[in-house]
Amino acid sequence: MREGLLAALKRLALMRGLSSERLKGEKQLRLRTLTFELPYKQDNQVTQDKKITKTQELVYKLKVKDVMTTDIVTVSPGNTMNELKEILRIRRIAGTPVVENKRLVGVIGIDDLIRCLSEGEMDATVGEKMTRKVEVLYGDEPLAHAVNKFNQYGFGRFPVIERKRGRLIGILTKSDMVTGLLKRLEIAYHTEEFRHNNNNENHVFNNIVMDKTSFHFQYRVNGQDFKVAGESIYKLKQILSQLGFPPPIIRRATIAAYEAEMNIIIYSYGGCISVSADYDHITLEARDTGPGIANIEQAMRQGFSTAPTWVQELGFGAGMGLPNIRKCADTMDIESEVGKGTHIKIVIKNTNGNGK
Amino acid sequence: MNLEFIVGELKLDVRCGEDKLGRKVRGGYVGDLLSDVIGNSSEGDIWVTRQAHQNIVAVASLKDHTGIILVNGSEPDSDTLEKAIKEEIPIMVSELPGFEVVGKIYKLMHT
Ligand SMILES: Nc1ncnc2c1ncn2[C@@H]1O[C@H](COP(=O)(O)OP(=O)(O)OP(=O)(O)O)[C@@H](O)[C@H]1O
Ligand SMILES: [Mg+2]
Repeated sequence: MREGLLAALKRLALMRGLSSERLKGEKQLRLRTLTFELPYKQDNQVTQDKKITKTQELVYKLKVKDVMTTDIVTVSPGNTMNELKEILRIRRIAGTPVVENKRLVGVIGIDDLIRCLSEGEMDATVGEKMTRKVEVLYGDEPLAHAVNKFNQYGFGRFPVIERKRGRLIGILTKSDMVTGLLKRLEIAYHTEEFRHNNNNENHVFNNIVMDKTSFHFQYRVNGQDFKVAGESIYKLKQILSQLGFPPPIIRRATIAAYEAEMNIIIYSYGGCISVSADYDHITLEARDTGPGIANIEQAMRQGFSTAPTWVQELGFGAGMGLPNIRKCADTMDIESEVGKGTHIKIVIKNTNGNGK
Repeated sequence: MNLEFIVGELKLDVRCGEDKLGRKVRGGYVGDLLSDVIGNSSEGDIWVTRQAHQNIVAVASLKDHTGIILVNGSEPDSDTLEKAIKEEIPIMVSELPGFEVVGKIYKLMHT
């Protein structure tokens, strides 16, 4: 399914509650298509029109610091409200961060100014009148996270700070995001066009869909089918790393998916694995129809296995699959009904590299 | 220590991933039970096994192993080779039994 750049951006913008006015100006860019028709198989498919677009991929890849404005005006707590008035007037801005020793200590805006004007407090200092509790973004957060924050708070801008020392490094507005995305799309489009002309590999996102800011990836697993075992793991690994998850988190998610998949192949008639990922966590569910597990506690015990001999010869049956899944998960729920099937759900929190 | 050094010292035959032998080996693990390897090996390990079917590539890829050494004259299946090339996992083979291969590598690493 092909989709124009503008259509995609607009959809993105509408989804995020941006005004369509802002996008009109960008029409002049007249870039061509944005998503790509891809030569992949349609095996275990989720609906096709939800295919991931470059924009959606970028929302995860780009970091706040890549698109923020760095040329910013700040005031210090010692400035008077009178001085602030002049600064806002000359620079035609509605508010500024308040900075002391390079650290963000508050924000102050036009509404604070109006209040002071009406109460005759223009000699008060910015430090007395500013808002101290400030919602900020970190430079290393993905844009997707910023988009959520804009939605959640309805603010027009967020100060961006460096995670380690809390230094103010920029400001992010909605239009910074749109402009940033447009620029990268243009670059991405050219690169992709180049790759296509050199008739290169398949794109990975064939059965991945996105709604708002979370990704879903789903695949069917057939019972007894060792031939394709693990195929989806490679894909999942690639997707998660393209989404910017740190390697330890990727390892945990893919190991859990692999162990769950192997159990579905070996013990059940077939099932399905679905993975959804957003910035904060990865959720993985494995469902199958099959004999179920009579004694879950026993099955979870390291070393317990009912693997048949021929499967053991392939190296399965250590009785460590379920324990491995538990080791990789922050939370794990397992439900099973004898004669019906098994359902495992795990959650892995994205700790930004400080994980297990 | 990199793979190339181990390949030279143990006179291993390289079946695929010739161009990846510069990779650093951080440690090793030996085992034929896949879930045991998944649970107990570490990233950067060289994995010594005699399993030769394609699931070993999945395991090595999951754990970010440096490479796989098949012992006892075990040869990778054609599926295994195909996958290993795609996933960039070097596979080496040796006629020697696992005990000796592991012993030699251990000595190289710890003396
Ligand atoms: N989806 C399932 N349906 C039915 N039984 C299951 C399922 N998953 C696991 N079991 C049962 O639980 C046991 C333990 O599973 P676990 O994955 O921990 O070990 P294993 O599969 O036997 O060996 P390994 O995973 O180490 O190769 C299995 O032997 C099997 O009896
Ligand atoms: Mg298992």
